[in-house]
Amino acid sequence: MNSETVLQAHDVYKSYHKDRIEVPVLRGVDFEVTAGLVTALVGRSGSGKSTLMHLLATLDQPDRGEIHFQGERIDDAPRSRRDRYRNHDIGIIFQFYHLLPELSAIENVLAPTMIGRSAWNFFKHRKEAKRRAEAMLDRVGLLHRASHKPAEMSGGEMQRAAIARALMTDPTLLLADEPTGNLDTETGLEILKLLTELNHDDSLTILMITHDDSIAESADHCHRMQDGQLQQGMPELLIA
Amino acid sequence: MYRWLLCFRYLRTRYIALASIISVTLGVATLIVVNSVMAGFSAEMHERLHGLASDILIECHTSGGMPDPEGHLEEIMKVCGDDVVGSSASVHVPAMLGIDFNGQLITRHVNFVGLDPATYDNVSHFGRYLLHPENQSQVNFNLREDGFAPDREQFPSSGWGYRRARVAYERAFAEEQARIDALRTPANSITSENTGPSLEIGPPKIFQENDSEETTEFDPAVEQFPGIILGISTSSARIRDEENNVRDHYYCRPGDDVRMMFPNASDNAKVVNQKFTVVDMYESGMSEYDSTFAFCRLDQLQEFRGMIDPSTQVRSVTTIQLKLAEGADLNAVRDALRRRFPPNIYAYNIQTWRDMQGPLLAAVKLETTILNILLFLIIAVAGFGILATFFMIVVEKTRDIGTLKALGASSGGVMSIFLSYGLLLGFVGSGAGLIGGLVFVDHINEVATLIEKITGQEVFDPTVYYFTEIPTIIHPFTLVWVMAGAVGIAIFASVLPALRAARMHPVKALRFE
Repeated sequence: MNSETVLQAHDVYKSYHKDRIEVPVLRGVDFEVTAGLVTALVGRSGSGKSTLMHLLATLDQPDRGEIHFQGERIDDAPRSRRDRYRNHDIGIIFQFYHLLPELSAIENVLAPTMIGRSAWNFFKHRKEAKRRAEAMLDRVGLLHRASHKPAEMSGGEMQRAAIARALMTDPTLLLADEPTGNLDTETGLEILKLLTELNHDDSLTILMITHDDSIAESADHCHRMQDGQLQQGMPELLIA
Repeated sequence: MYRWLLCFRYLRTRYIALASIISVTLGVATLIVVNSVMAGFSAEMHERLHGLASDILIECHTSGGMPDPEGHLEEIMKVCGDDVVGSSASVHVPAMLGIDFNGQLITRHVNFVGLDPATYDNVSHFGRYLLHPENQSQVNFNLREDGFAPDREQFPSSGWGYRRARVAYERAFAEEQARIDALRTPANSITSENTGPSLEIGPPKIFQENDSEETTEFDPAVEQFPGIILGISTSSARIRDEENNVRDHYYCRPGDDVRMMFPNASDNAKVVNQKFTVVDMYESGMSEYDSTFAFCRLDQLQEFRGMIDPSTQVRSVTTIQLKLAEGADLNAVRDALRRRFPPNIYAYNIQTWRDMQGPLLAAVKLETTILNILLFLIIAVAGFGILATFFMIVVEKTRDIGTLKALGASSGGVMSIFLSYGLLLGFVGSGAGLIGGLVFVDHINEVATLIEKITGQEVFDPTVYYFTEIPTIIHPFTLVWVMAGAVGIAIFASVLPALRAARMHPVKALRFE
């Protein structure tokens, strides 16, 4: 395994079962994410790219195969390790933002920290946490909306808040599942620009799932999924 | 930390949870009010029953009674020692009370008690329940001039003042009647106005026995027969007048004469027929006592019944009552006395006041227990409401649960959100119920009055209950277990929905629509 590899999937299989019929989604996927780069995973709807992302994020478990994070096998790690992996080691952003509607923007950003620490620990370091949350919001250009609830924000603002939340714990890797899928073109470009800045300025490793080839063109690496497998022989797109 | 933040936000924003809170509040408040009222009734009944009956009662069933009560007391003191702080001997005999009312004879079966005025208050709260204030501090079987029941506007005038006026009226009436009779023709028609079954002048025949002797020597205007204190319900009736107000109607009052018929103490019993003058009335609030008891002086009753040994002049009694020290074990003392006076030798019935009133108190306790069970079902219903509400909230929050798990929340953490929510609902609901219940209890009589005004129905009928106000007592322990039970039910009701939330698959939850 390449020492720069952050995340690796090896011979991963995943099927769903519906009315006793097995529906294979992933069929022997081998996949790597290189540190410090933006990796895109493209494919049509139903190609299995979101399923692969869920497995990489340990939101689901493969039927066969292995997933490694920085050399550590993560797919069959204890539940507490997997919870901590999602809380601290990676950040996830979704197509539909998935902000908690009862919490304000800054509270949503603080959510991973609140989840990852005990109440007493969080209370002791609450000022420090709040400063970091404000810094994250400022980084995504949303500090002026800190006290607003998701219902009071636009789609682009919500996605920015989601990005700030994903970065709160200073993760090694950011997983973005169709981050612009629910946004208009212009707003989507703004989000992509933000992600690119994060990668360039902070060397943040990003894995982006998209069905849009034009978005994948901005990535450092691009993989195409089709019928549950990564296509072989596809030229990698390199950005100078 | 995130759990409590989400809990409080859910509490503030989920109005449907308000329904669960209200149902818990109502259940807790109802339980507090009912328990307070039942405790108040029970305590009031307890105090009155205990106040009326002494701690230990030793009854002799033989016709001649218990000879040498002082000797018996010495033996009792040897057995009980310092546990006994008061004692009193008395005679209890079944009797028939006869009251002349408008030429008719009203009879009542009563327990006739001859008591020692000097010691009876040592073993019971007898004096407290008399109508004349001076008799309350020291029982006196001499008729007082007036001043009976000063707190009651409706109580008729009584005492020597009334007696003299009545005698003067009767004498004047008799003289006028005699004058009319002298002028009357033999065939007089009966008037249409009902004056009672007899047109004869004077009291019924039963009151005329031996009257020939008494009328020549006895002047009711200045003399009285032996004094008697009647239970108020033996000589009165509680009715509603034309304006629906509660009113007591008295067949006799202090200053009137009544007749008592009772057996003497001989083995071959004969009826003693004796006149008494009512000197006071007794009202404890317990119908069992107020409608069945009459009291006179012990020495007089002993004389009437022939309970004095002619050779030794030792007087017999039928009952010895004991007052025990605070904290004394009534059952232990009772058992010790039973061993000293075994039933194979002595025809004595030795009981505590709880033995005598046990069934009544047990009935009240059973009623309270059943009421509590039934009312707790109200809170259980509230629990089912919480269960349904939480299931709805879990479904509604499915995507958020997926989000939390994606952010690294454990299944236990997600579960604890909803358990904490249930705990919070329980606390808020039971806290509001506690405050509401306490306020209601504090103003329960005003609430009863308000309900009566609105509905026109009497909530608390004083002709049924002998209390003028609804008695209430709040026990802190009751408040604690009611609230703990309510919170427990709320938490228990939230377990299933919390488990469902914890077991949700993150991917399915995130994709839920």
